[in-house]
This record gives sequence, C-alpha cells and structure tokens, in this order.
Amino acid sequence: MNARTELGTPATTESGYNFAYLDERTKRMIRRAILKAVAIPGYQVPFGSREMPLPYGWGTGGIQITASIIGADDVLKVIDQGADDTVNAVNIRRFFQRTTGVATTDRTTEATLIQTRHRIPETPLQAHQIMIYQVPIPEPLAKLEPREAETKMMHGLSEYGLMHVKLYEDIARYGHIVTTYDYPVMVDDRYLMSPSPIPKFDNPKMNMNPALQLFGAGREKRIYAVPPYTKVESLGFEDHPFEVQRWSHHCALCGAGESFLDEVITDDAGGRMFLCSDTDYCGQRRTEQKLP
Amino acid sequence: MYVAVKGGERAIANSHVLLAGARRGDLSTPELSIAQIEQQLRLAVDRVMTEGSVYDRELAALAIKQAAGDTVEAIFLLRAYRATLPRFGYTEAINTVAMRVRRRISATFKDLPGGQVLGPTYDYTQRLLDFTLAAEGAPVPEAQENASSPNKPFVSVMELLGQEGLIEPELPSAGDPPPGDWTREPPSFPASRAERLQNLARGDEGYLLAMGYSTQRGYANNHPFAGEIRFGTVELEMVPEELGFPIVIGEIELTECQMVNQFTGSKTAPPQFTRGYGLAFGHSERKAMAMSLVDRALRAEELGEAIVAPAQMQEFVLSHSDNLESSGFVQHLKLPHYVDFQSELELVRKMRAKHVSDEGQAA
Repeated sequence: MNARTELGTPATTESGYNFAYLDERTKRMIRRAILKAVAIPGYQVPFGSREMPLPYGWGTGGIQITASIIGADDVLKVIDQGADDTVNAVNIRRFFQRTTGVATTDRTTEATLIQTRHRIPETPLQAHQIMIYQVPIPEPLAKLEPREAETKMMHGLSEYGLMHVKLYEDIARYGHIVTTYDYPVMVDDRYLMSPSPIPKFDNPKMNMNPALQLFGAGREKRIYAVPPYTKVESLGFEDHPFEVQRWSHHCALCGAGESFLDEVITDDAGGRMFLCSDTDYCGQRRTEQKLP
Repeated sequence: MYVAVKGGERAIANSHVLLAGARRGDLSTPELSIAQIEQQLRLAVDRVMTEGSVYDRELAALAIKQAAGDTVEAIFLLRAYRATLPRFGYTEAINTVAMRVRRRISATFKDLPGGQVLGPTYDYTQRLLDFTLAAEGAPVPEAQENASSPNKPFVSVMELLGQEGLIEPELPSAGDPPPGDWTREPPSFPASRAERLQNLARGDEGYLLAMGYSTQRGYANNHPFAGEIRFGTVELEMVPEELGFPIVIGEIELTECQMVNQFTGSKTAPPQFTRGYGLAFGHSERKAMAMSLVDRALRAEELGEAIVAPAQMQEFVLSHSDNLESSGFVQHLKLPHYVDFQSELELVRKMRAKHVSDEGQAA
C-alpha cells in the first residue's frame, strides 16, 4: 500500500491558474457559505457553485469546499468507496496536486483534510481534522417531494412527517426499514439531513464526532455542515430502532470483523471474498500483524 | 486480483495517452487547425459559444478540437475555463433592432419593410448528400449582392404589431431591477423572467427543442407564430467609469426569435397577442426558436394559465436544462458504487432468506 506514497509527492503546480484553481473572491464566497452552514448545523446553505474542470456529479461540491479551505500546510487525503486508489479519488487528488502542490497521504491519521465519497474512514477522526463529503442530492426529502419550494417550507417548520411515514411504510411492507445508504439523520434535534450516500453502517460515526464535517453539493449548489461534537441521530422508531449492517464474514486480507466489507467476485463460478472497503485501515492492520 | 478491480494512477495516465491518440486519429491525415474549425464548422462553434456562455470563436474552436467534436464536452471545457475568468464589468443592453441583418424572416406577414432576407440557411435546401464536397478544392459560388441596403436597420415585426396595440408591450419589471445571475447566485424559485431567460439561453439545445416541441403537440399549446427571426451583427457598448458615456467595444453575432403567441384579454382589457423570446450567440435558429416556445410556456403563471404540462413547470424545466449538470450526473453512474451496492445486496439477500424461511414454515 505504501507504493503509492511516491506518487503522493507534489507534482509541479499548474501555471495560469490560482492556488487551488478558484479565484480568491470565489473562495471567500464559499467560505462565507461554510461559516453559515457551521452556525446552523444541518441547514442547507445555497451558494454560487462554479463550473469546475471535473464533471458535475463527480465531486464538484466537495472539490469547491476543499479548494476554498485548503492551505499550503494542509495534508490531503481523498477517498472514494473508502479507497485511495479508485479512479475518481486518484483524479481529484491529482487535481489538487496540480493546482496547489500540497502534500497528500493515504493515512487517515496524517491527513488534515479528508475529501470523501460514500464512506467515513474506520479510523476515528480527530479534532484538528476536517471531513469533506461529496453530496449528489443534498435534500433528504427530494425523493418524497421533488419541489424545492415545498421542501424549504418543511425544513422551516421542522415538519418531517413525510419522512416518518415513508419509514413506517417500509416497516408495514417489509417488516423493517429498507434504506441502506444515504439514511436520513436528524442534526442537533433540528434539521433533517442527508448524510450523503454513505452506508448506514457509517451513520453512527457522525454523532459527536470531534472533526468538523462539511458537505458540498456542486450541481445542486448547496453546502451544509455538522460542527464538531454535534448530535447526529439516525431516524428510527422505539419498536424499530435504527440498526447498522452486519457481516457473517471477516476481511480476507486483514481479518477485521468490525469494518465495512466489499464483496469481490473472484472467478466465473461465483467464488467471492470479502475485503475491507477502507484500504488504509486494512493496510495498517496488515502492517501491525506483519501480514503481506 | 484485488488491485485489478481498482483504478490506479498508472491506468489513468495510460487512458490519457490513449485518448490523445484517439483524438488525433490516423497520423497520415493532416491535423485540423483551429482556424479550419472556426471557419468550416461555424455552427458547431456557435452552439459551443452559446451554451458555453463565452463569446470567443477561437476558444470554442479549440474546445471542439480538444473534445474530438463532442459538442457537450466542448461546452464543458469552455464553461470550466469561463469559471476562472474575472468579470470586468457589464455592457449596456444590446439593441437588436439596430442589428446589421444577414437573415431576417417573418412567418406572420408576406412582406414587410426591408423584405424577407433569406441569407445563408439550410432551410430551402434539399437534403441530398453533396458528393462534390467529398472532393476537396471544389470552387465556391459567389453570392449576388443583396439589393436592399444591409446597413439600414430593419424595423422589428413586434414594433409594427405594437403600433396597433396588438401585442403586449415589452416593459421592464417594476422598478427595473438588475437581472439576476444564476452563474453567480444559486437559483431560487419562483424565478424571474430574466433568470429564466438566462437559464434557457445556456440550456441544452436538444432539451429545449424537446420541451418546445412538447408544447406544439398539446402539452401547453400556445399557438405560436414565428413573428420574426433575425440573424446578424450587433454592437456591444460599455460605459467605462472614467468616461461616463458608452463606447462601442466590439460586435457579436446573434440570432433572435420573437414568437407571437396565444392572445389574452378579459372584460376590462382588450385582447392582445403574447410574446415568447429566444436569443443565442451566432447562427442558432433551432435553439432560439425552441427557447422562445419554452419561455412562453414558462409564463403560464404570470398570464393566469393553468399549469398542467411539463414545459410550464419552472422547477422542472429550469433544473434540468443544463447539459453540464445532466451529463455529469447521468455519467457519474460510471463511478464506483460498490459500497452502496453492497449495502443493497446485503439487504436483498437478508430479505430473500427470510422469504424462503417464511415459505418453508407455511408449507
């Protein structure tokens, strides 16, 4: 896993563009939106999202947040599906190497900024770290009510009956709630929030987390935040409380039994194995156990 | 095996090399120059400038070359470049009545002051493949000089209708506020007409075409007539702070469509035709016409019409018109989703197992 550290060294910085691509005025506009988001946990702050050189839907919200808060001393980690070496994570990391020249890392513990898509690292975060989530659909009610004019009103009135009815209908039809990722959470007992499409397995990590958690939706032009040590509660009912996924397997490489596992198909006959989705966590565990 | 399912830096670098080769094609054919694209693919350049929101033929041609002719990709390149440009100021409102016209047609009057000027258009061609074009260096016929003076401004059909009060007057909103700018401020609904027109002007041509077409097929019919379509050159004026009066800073080519639509009226107000408006950079008639149909449909609420069809629904139309947004989000499905899929897989397996055990008990 350490083979990639050499690739993590800063490449030459792109000429003709400002540090971290965006001009300073745009960065300031985005930082103001971030400050507002931190002041109102879970509230979606509209912002003047710009066209980035990566496509909408591929992390432009997260990229704009990272670009507006990154400094020369930061150490950046970028993951997608928990892994540092998935195609889009590599591309976004290269983008910041080209436009800022900052140090990058695979190690969760070494990073000051972690931009992520679909996972929260298994290694607990620390107070000096900032998590930046890429968000496709920031509105947790969007699938139930597509009109923004309506959902805005529901948030204003803290009227979330629609979501509770949806979860109740799941239970009535299937016997349990069938949302497995992007599982809605209540932030600081006030705003219903999309945790981004992380598996619900990761939801409990958001609660009272010492790190600052920022969420960017570029295409939908929204930023929201969970400040450090903020209550984040996954929705549930007294008789059907929130539950996370469990596996009957352990990681085939490091033996972890507590981490989120990806299923890998190994042959034509349907042979399969389970591996940690968090590649840094898996790598560290193997190093500790002196495994290959 | 584990590494095989992941991407990796080297694989991406290789993909870039393959892309460069695929873009260039067979090296025995001469490379395209930017000037060739600009001159000979002018309509592609016009579309890229319009939806890319940058009036620069050279940059648009470069984007088309880099995108290997994929218009939406070229628009993306130009937009991303645009996002890094500082904004020096704003021009005065353009005056399309003063346009130096190369083409101006009206479908509402057989003849009108200035006449029907057909100009360069595919409209009256027979779409037969011209095999003489396959041979390079064929002579280009010379056009006869236009008999009417091209420098005299053409009176707008809308003005002629307006003289009789037959069409609704085009008035600024109360207090004449500066138009909103969705490229700087996030959209909010309901949108003003200025914001809607900005969104439509940047919107995907194919999307607007389908939306406009739907209004003709009965989903919000507005009985449109092409009052006037004009294509030509207009002057851009700016007021530099140190001068305090407008000076001409250049010219741009535009296509404008004024659609005359369904009349309104009531017991107190006499009937009047209503307007739909379309404007695009360069020569983009399909775009300008489609835009004017959708603009009119989106005025449903203002004109007291029932909102029943997709083309009348602001949030629906405006939130899905941008091809950077739609192309990006549709294609993001190519990105790995194995964490989410694993979550669903685990759930479906659990539910199937329960189903089987329930059936076993029932038997």
